[in-house]
Amino acid sequence: MKIRQLSLFLENRPGQLRVPCQVLGDAGIDILTLSLADTQQFGILRLIVKDHERAKQVLEKAGVVVNVTDVLAVDVPDRPGGLAEVLQGFEACGLGIEYMYAYSVRSRGEHATLVFRLSDPDRAAALLQARGVRLVGAAELFARAGA
Amino acid sequence: MARFALENRILDPEETLDRDALAALQGRRLADTVRRARAVPRYRKALEALGVRDEDLRGPADVRRLPFTVKDDLRQSYPLGLLAVPREQVARIHGSSGTTGRPTFVAYTRRDLETWSGLVARFLVAGGLRPEHTVHVAFGYGLFTGGFGLHYGIERVGAAVVPSGGGNTPRQVRLICDLSAEVLICTPSYALHVGEVARAEGLRPGDLPLRYGHFGGEPWTEEMRGEIERSLGILAFNNYGLSEVIGPGVAGECPARDGMHVQEDHFIVECLDPVTLEPVPDGEVGELVFTSLTKEAMPVLRYRTRDLAALDRSPCPCGRTGVRMSRVRGRSDDMLIIRGVNVFPSQVEEALLRVEGTAPHYLIEVSRPGALDEVVVKVEVRPEDFRDEMRQMVELRDRIDREIHAVTGIRMIVELVAPNTLERSAGKARRVLDHRKVAPA
Repeated sequence: MKIRQLSLFLENRPGQLRVPCQVLGDAGIDILTLSLADTQQFGILRLIVKDHERAKQVLEKAGVVVNVTDVLAVDVPDRPGGLAEVLQGFEACGLGIEYMYAYSVRSRGEHATLVFRLSDPDRAAALLQARGVRLVGAAELFARAGA
Repeated sequence: MARFALENRILDPEETLDRDALAALQGRRLADTVRRARAVPRYRKALEALGVRDEDLRGPADVRRLPFTVKDDLRQSYPLGLLAVPREQVARIHGSSGTTGRPTFVAYTRRDLETWSGLVARFLVAGGLRPEHTVHVAFGYGLFTGGFGLHYGIERVGAAVVPSGGGNTPRQVRLICDLSAEVLICTPSYALHVGEVARAEGLRPGDLPLRYGHFGGEPWTEEMRGEIERSLGILAFNNYGLSEVIGPGVAGECPARDGMHVQEDHFIVECLDPVTLEPVPDGEVGELVFTSLTKEAMPVLRYRTRDLAALDRSPCPCGRTGVRMSRVRGRSDDMLIIRGVNVFPSQVEEALLRVEGTAPHYLIEVSRPGALDEVVVKVEVRPEDFRDEMRQMVELRDRIDREIHAVTGIRMIVELVAPNTLERSAGKARRVLDHRKVAPA
């Protein structure tokens, strides 16, 4: 159920965000969702794309530092308190969240999809599924995006 | 009659010896120094290898027959392999100002200490110090020759010393005011900082009791002199020295303030092309090379300072006959002086090596945005060092920061940058960009 995410090192100066986006665009690779973490001096851009191997290749060829990380995509009830419920499940399982962000592609009506980075994704996936938390696999995620 | 900014008082008659008498004195002392240096196995071997006989040394020009000494000779003789007297005659030991893993030590006999404080006293008196003055020493005390060197020179003159040491500038400003110090001793960049802090405390230049300042330990410019003089309301004097030769007191300015008189009765100075090691004409910049003439514990033969400066042998209106050296214009190696501390790029490399196993590409940028030096180290992030989690990246940066501080003793600002963004010129990496304006053309 894991999703492979690309992480890119960016310096915090003008043009640094555009370059990798341009490279992916030129290669015809669609960015399904992204999140940017930044400090005053550098940032980490996290991307989910369908063909992550090819994306890594073209980015590295362009001189970008790229890492592949496993994350989980979780469907969360799209109503007040929905996220809190899911997070309670995380807590009950003793799962620490390194970071999270929203998946920007529309989900199926009653759900919003969030992307989580947890310290042990395999164990986390098993524990969460056992509690009935809905994980979204890569195939379904890309299908929803029409990718 | 020349006009000076202050009374031209000369401490010792040796300072005005005519050139012939000086050459005769230098010749005698040179032969004596070489005789004593033969007690050091390293010097004896080097002298024998060049076939130098004592009877060949008749005048100061014969210094050119002698072997060179470099910093590495001191390192390889760690700790006191260049000692030319029995250990029990050593009265004090100082160390190089660099904080590299292994310091280099220099030793003094009781008489060396007398000589040294006498040399410091000469430039202090030339620059206005009188027995009735109080002197605030903001140099660090310790292995560094600056603190104690100046301290005993001031006592020799008979003035009162406030051995304040470094740090806590607002307190230093208060001490200067409360104890009515007329003279300030520190590095030139620290003097500027003192001026800024005094201004921040609401003091104007005229409010400070200071009248004179003696600054050394790092290169500075005429522009900086102007700034220091305006901000502190003083006359600022330049002096030069290095621990390997004796410490501060090798050369110092007179009231004419047009170059520093080398104390030639105690040192022979040469100005050489750092590549060919041939003398450069007077007025041209070359590497300064010193031979001590009176030192007992650690005589030094043709020590290559790596400091670049020019010599001026024209007569000085002050009457002192010692050749004048210009301000230090730069280095013939890649050493940087950061806030008075010697730093080599190789030390930054060593710190990076400790953190990451192999050293990534880096660039050291030095600037002086206010009064004090600021150093930014840009480090390229390699794919194998990159982590997806921000705290790991911040931790990587902090580890580099800590190692650099541990190795160099200096706080630098570490910036992680993308790979291949630092300039590489003709395959050879450029390691240092010094934006400070300390080397006027």
